[in-house]
Amino acid sequence: MTLTAETSRPSATAAAGRVRRVRLLPRVAPYLQAAPLTVTLLLFLLVPILTIVAVSFWDYDSVRIYPDFVLTNYTELLTSPVTWKTYLNTLKYAVLTWAITLGIGFTVAYFLAFHVRSTTWQMVLFLVCTIPFWTSNIIRMISWIPFLGRNGLLNSSLISAGIIDQPLEFLLFSDFSVVLAFVHLYALFMVVPIFNSMMRIDRALIEAARDGGASAAQTLWNVILPLTKPGIAIGSIFVVTLVMGDFITVRLMSGGQSASIGLMIANEISLLQYPAAAANAVVLLAVVLIMVVAMLRVVDIRKEL
Amino acid sequence: MNTSRRGLSFYLLGAFFALFVLFLYGPTATILILSFQGPEGGLTFPMNGVSLHWFRNLFEQQAVGDFGGSFRRSIALGLMVMVLTVLFSVLAGFAFRRRFRGSGALFYLAVASLIVPSILVSLGIGLFFNILGLEPSWYSSALGAHLTWTLPFGLLIVFAIFNRFNPAYEEAARDLGASPWQTVRHVVLPILLPSLIGVGLFGFTLSYDEFARTLMTAGSFNTLPLEIYGMTTNVTTPVLYALGSLTTVFSFTVIGLFFLGLILLRRHRLRRTGA
Repeated sequence: MTLTAETSRPSATAAAGRVRRVRLLPRVAPYLQAAPLTVTLLLFLLVPILTIVAVSFWDYDSVRIYPDFVLTNYTELLTSPVTWKTYLNTLKYAVLTWAITLGIGFTVAYFLAFHVRSTTWQMVLFLVCTIPFWTSNIIRMISWIPFLGRNGLLNSSLISAGIIDQPLEFLLFSDFSVVLAFVHLYALFMVVPIFNSMMRIDRALIEAARDGGASAAQTLWNVILPLTKPGIAIGSIFVVTLVMGDFITVRLMSGGQSASIGLMIANEISLLQYPAAAANAVVLLAVVLIMVVAMLRVVDIRKEL
Repeated sequence: MNTSRRGLSFYLLGAFFALFVLFLYGPTATILILSFQGPEGGLTFPMNGVSLHWFRNLFEQQAVGDFGGSFRRSIALGLMVMVLTVLFSVLAGFAFRRRFRGSGALFYLAVASLIVPSILVSLGIGLFFNILGLEPSWYSSALGAHLTWTLPFGLLIVFAIFNRFNPAYEEAARDLGASPWQTVRHVVLPILLPSLIGVGLFGFTLSYDEFARTLMTAGSFNTLPLEIYGMTTNVTTPVLYALGSLTTVFSFTVIGLFFLGLILLRRHRLRRTGA
């Protein structure tokens, strides 16, 4: 922009050019600075989603897909009982995972924020919780297999302890293992925002509650919990959207015996039924967005940073 | 926190926290141990001897597909994502400090990028490239797919940093006659540096471990998570654990280097200001 400022008036003196440059630069600078992010998100997020919406109206056969405008992808999807069952199953995973991670996340964050007193220990223990997040999800899932399997660690120790005499079959490749893996993978997404919210609570408020005669439980319920709501909302958004869109955890941990929407889409993709997958994806996106908007009513994210 | 002594609740919560940590690390520790399984050993305990057999097996090319190549591609991709994430999110962070038209829309687009299920991004970019007749590959389509995941995180971290940033430093620099560029170069960036290293770590590790967004965008050459996923369906020996152990150790090394860098940076600065 400095170029245009100077070349547009080649006869201007250097001083005049400088004045214009100073005035012009602050006005265009934000647009230039935001441009790389904007272009990336438009090109790799918005345009692909619009592509999915467009393709969801296309037609296909076993060989290729055709540009068209048909509603069959949607009617087939929404009239099939399999779709509804799969949605219910996915919602079940989302609700269970949400409830468990919320319980764990709140307790862990509460311990770190209010019971660990030295800041150094707080940071160290917080890091201990976050490090697994930086490692591969697939590896973290696989690592449950020797633990939960028929001859796994848990079954063999239960048998040798004499608690059971048959290996428990429900431990691996079941809804149990799917939810367990979800909790294992995503509990952190709950811990971090809740911890962040709790750390911003003014400690004077808690002292005031105590001075006013509130018990620890009353303080927790009436002071800490309401002030932690934004963190809970952000954590919930993360956990619910991650579970709703998941397919790899369900595939690996249910051993192919359970279904989720993500898995349904992935299967359609592998069968090259792209328009069907696209219609399914559009419906999934709508469902996820509705859930997120509902949760956003609790919190204004921009204020939480 | 009701009394100055440690109450019962402290120990109960402490025990809960310890169990949580065990839950987080326990399974990974199991496969670390099992990857040293003897040559005759299976996928579960008991250990049938101790050996490095499965690690050696991993490096025999034909045994488990293209492990070396996918590892190199994942690192290269992670580094590209890291650099672009730091650069783009810091630039955008500066933009958001001032009012500009469309800032609200851009913010919501970035948040949407976190919320949209990964498989949609994967499918969308795959279809988009397909329709344009472009060949998807790990350094183009997968790079873009990863950025849709790392950039919003980077942007949110940069927002948080700028919210805590004291503008008095910039005003002081300006009062002392620094040009805008000098202010950024010598005042703002050095203050931001430790956090920017954090954004970089985020970018690299998120990309290095990303699976769903790579699925339809990687083209004909696999990245490491795709390779590992392929192995889970057709490999039934502890070589899978050996690979898991190696990539986990690699992730830990990257995190360790990050903290080492932060410590060195702080020490360097202390020495400079102390002198």
